[in-house]
Amino acid sequence: MATYTFKPYNVGRWIIWGLFALVLGLAPLVFTSNLSGTMLAQMGIAIIACLSYNMLLGQGGMLSFGHAVYTGLGAFVAIHALNAITAGQSSVPVSLLPLVGGLAGMGFAVLLGFVTTKKSGTPFAMITLGVAELVFAMSLMFSDFFGGEAGISANRVAGTSVWGITFGPQIQIYYLIACYTFVCVALMYAFTQTPLGRILNAVRDNPERVEFIGYNTQRVRYFAFIIAGFFAGVSGGLGALNFEIVTAEVVGTGRSGGYLLFTFLGGATFFFGPIIGGILMVLAFVLLSEFTKAWLLYLGLLFLFMVMYAPGGIASLIMMNLRVASFGKLRQIWVSYVGLLLTALVILIGAAAMVEMVYHLQLNSALGDNLKFMGVPLNAKGLDSWFGASFVMLTGLGMFELIRRQFLTEWSDIQIEIEKEIKRREEA
Amino acid sequence: MTYALELKDLRKNFGKTEIIRGVNLAVLAGERVAIIGPNGAGKSTLFNLISGRFGPTSGQIFLNGKRIDHKEPYEINRMGLSRSFQITNIFPKLSVFENLRCAVLWSLGYKYTFLKFLSGLKDANDLAEKYMDMIRLDKKRDILAMNLTYAEQRALEIGITIAGGANVILLDEPTAGMSKSETTRFISLIKNVTHGKTLLTVEHDMGVVFGLADKIAVVVYGEVIAFDSPEAVRSNPKVQEAYLGTPSSESAIHGLEGGH
Amino acid sequence: MEFLIISMLNGLSYGLLLFMLSSGLTLIFSMMGVLNFAHASFYMLGAYFGYTLSKWIGFWPSLIAAPLFVGMCGVLFERLTLRKVHKFGHVPELLVTFGLSYIVYELVQLIWGRTAVEFAPPELLRGAAFTLVNHSLNGLSFVWGVAPLDMCQTTDVTIRLVCSPFPATRGFMMLVALLMLLSLWLLLTKTRIGLVIQAALTHPEAVESLGHNVPRVLMLVFGAGTGLAGLAGVIGGSTFVTEPAMAATVGSVIFVVVVVGGMGSLSGAFLASVIIGVVQTFAIAFDYSFVSVAQNLGWALSGAARNNALLKLTISQVAPILPYLFLVLILIFRPKGLLGTREG
Repeated sequence: MATYTFKPYNVGRWIIWGLFALVLGLAPLVFTSNLSGTMLAQMGIAIIACLSYNMLLGQGGMLSFGHAVYTGLGAFVAIHALNAITAGQSSVPVSLLPLVGGLAGMGFAVLLGFVTTKKSGTPFAMITLGVAELVFAMSLMFSDFFGGEAGISANRVAGTSVWGITFGPQIQIYYLIACYTFVCVALMYAFTQTPLGRILNAVRDNPERVEFIGYNTQRVRYFAFIIAGFFAGVSGGLGALNFEIVTAEVVGTGRSGGYLLFTFLGGATFFFGPIIGGILMVLAFVLLSEFTKAWLLYLGLLFLFMVMYAPGGIASLIMMNLRVASFGKLRQIWVSYVGLLLTALVILIGAAAMVEMVYHLQLNSALGDNLKFMGVPLNAKGLDSWFGASFVMLTGLGMFELIRRQFLTEWSDIQIEIEKEIKRREEA
Repeated sequence: MTYALELKDLRKNFGKTEIIRGVNLAVLAGERVAIIGPNGAGKSTLFNLISGRFGPTSGQIFLNGKRIDHKEPYEINRMGLSRSFQITNIFPKLSVFENLRCAVLWSLGYKYTFLKFLSGLKDANDLAEKYMDMIRLDKKRDILAMNLTYAEQRALEIGITIAGGANVILLDEPTAGMSKSETTRFISLIKNVTHGKTLLTVEHDMGVVFGLADKIAVVVYGEVIAFDSPEAVRSNPKVQEAYLGTPSSESAIHGLEGGH
Repeated sequence: MEFLIISMLNGLSYGLLLFMLSSGLTLIFSMMGVLNFAHASFYMLGAYFGYTLSKWIGFWPSLIAAPLFVGMCGVLFERLTLRKVHKFGHVPELLVTFGLSYIVYELVQLIWGRTAVEFAPPELLRGAAFTLVNHSLNGLSFVWGVAPLDMCQTTDVTIRLVCSPFPATRGFMMLVALLMLLSLWLLLTKTRIGLVIQAALTHPEAVESLGHNVPRVLMLVFGAGTGLAGLAGVIGGSTFVTEPAMAATVGSVIFVVVVVGGMGSLSGAFLASVIIGVVQTFAIAFDYSFVSVAQNLGWALSGAARNNALLKLTISQVAPILPYLFLVLILIFRPKGLLGTREG
């Protein structure tokens, strides 16, 4: 007897991916400035890098401090390949160079990953740090490959151009990046729906149990490491094409730390979290650093608060509120949100005033002690300025704490109401 | 004749302490054996040795005639032995269905592939559904394992253990921490799902033991002092002495005589 | 010969400094299960606190005060932050200390500037602890302090005279490190709390179930560990250089030490620190590469070999990667570490 299963056409899935493609395609038409152009290109590169990093962190439970090794080495191999194309030694089309980077990243992951994945948890993290330092220190030794202080430069207008596309103009390289971003995101999402992807999740949840259902845990981690290395290399290759120069800092621990920070900030527990993280990474590096010299300090503090109060990152915050909204309870709490936001702003203003005063004292003391902060004149050596700033900050802190407690009671009330509603729907 | 599971002079020392001191056991295929004994006798250690969690100091273990001592847990599992844990050992952030599906993947030969979609693996999905029905968690299909009740998690634990299709099953105190009614339901569940397979279970609950087992192995101080049918074990003087110390303790004898 | 002795002592002193740091790290890891990514940051804080305090109260009082301040910072951090994430597991704890390392780095740059500061050792430690004089006729002799000029210079061209001073700061570093080692050993073997810590090094869960893992003990252990790092910072900062990058340079090396020595093993950390310290110090001093050695031995090398980047590398150029190379080798051949007993 034949059985029929009802499999409705998953319209939702096609809409989401379609929208994603649309956003990628139309973004440069909406944000037309030169700055936007470079930022969009960098966002695509960062998204692929962070997603590949999350394959290890969020999906596999492997905290790596050395992911930049694979993006960076992919970039170096790609740029050498680009120079080879320019010199006529290779006929690989420029558009396929990111794949060369990907293969390089994968190759190094095969080589280094075997030793790295021998351990898990904290020792694994330390090993990735050690390997990262090893590679970075080697970059000073082998200046033929790493280019020493100046790095390696190349010209991406090389080889034969197809249909008149030379990848010279920013807009052309953006669309190349956009294509790769779409394909890589789709592939990495597809990975999460495969047996290896799911067993990787199981390894994250309970590595010991996995051994007892027939899987070699270390093998699983090793394979995931290699696949993540491939996509990391693709990201590196795109970076090489975009900037036309690769310096040793692309394999540095600073960049690895950046991947960790922003992937976590975006949210490691949801697939789209690192996409948010990648976008934030570019925004922070390009825009935030213009606003204040202390941007890394603020970032570090934000990261600290996220780990303590929202370890699922921004993605989890969005999903939690979507859930509340889907039950129609968001209107009960939006006032508290506004209050939290305003008081947080007050704290930020007070703290930022103090930070700016300290910077002023340190760097511009020759110009006298007065500075302007958000239109308000401050005296960096004046007690009243300091008193004022700390007063503002402390007041903000106090009010924030009050509103936060109120918010917590409201939130737990809402959660209880939602649980009741779910039970009611189950029984209905 | 080949035994399903055979232990030959198995010994295990932790440092200078001898935990398992020469265990000999031969279990026929399809037999259901309950392993009982006082606390600290080494029952869980035996399970850990058999399933490969650690290796014996000396001695041999045979699974269907092939040596399995000193092999990795996944190698032993692939050869047809599966175990459950006393402290629930499931995948907390995966749903019930996903837990079971993970458990069947290797046995169906999917190995480390990333070129197939889980949704398209009809045999894996059907098998997972079948086991989900068997352990009566079909209504909780998409609930995350960490949100199940304790008894439901124990059921899932057993489900994961048997889903791989192993024919030698080790259950380590499957009914630990359950109420009387839950225990009764569990016994029939275990009987159902291990039908036709070789079963070894560590148990403290005598009701479970007598309801489930063809044979009982009594482990005391790292040795098997009796391995016989329930009635023979019940009347074995060595066993009585081990449980009672000296003759007569009414409640303990009641316990041995079947059910609290 | 004197070169060997001085280099050996230099290497030992560096290794002992590494041990001062990695012992605190190992203690914190063993008792609390958290690998303090910011441990080198507390080292840096010690140096900077020492620098500022010694300007107000002098070097010797700040040698005691600075580590106390650093320990207090550690206690504060544990109380406010680490404790909150303890329930999330070990990875969030590591992440929190990772975030702290960023914050400390930025704060230090904010308050003290981005360039190195002049943290000079006190008068007493400015010279040489002793000097080895190698006289080509009279042999090796030993002089306390700086050797007088007439012992180091000669107008006689047939006599070769080399004076090798051993810096007092290095000697002081070894002294403090050895004292610290001694008191740590006494603490661990002769006191009750030491017994608890020893047990926690290999069996933390058992210690927990005995009721010893009270939050207050954790806080104190964290404070003690970071205080030790601060002490190392005062000494290291005054001996070497005090700059914002100092945390990064020593930070990754102590993690290598801890993994190579075996996570949770104090004696392993000691062994690994000394080995890495001595090897690196010697390596930096040697300027030989494969090519130069071959040439000295009279081997004939092809033109390609002579220009090969790998073969042209001198040992001193390779020195920075030696600890990490060591790490990889240990992981391949002895994953538990030199003296490790835990799987980590």
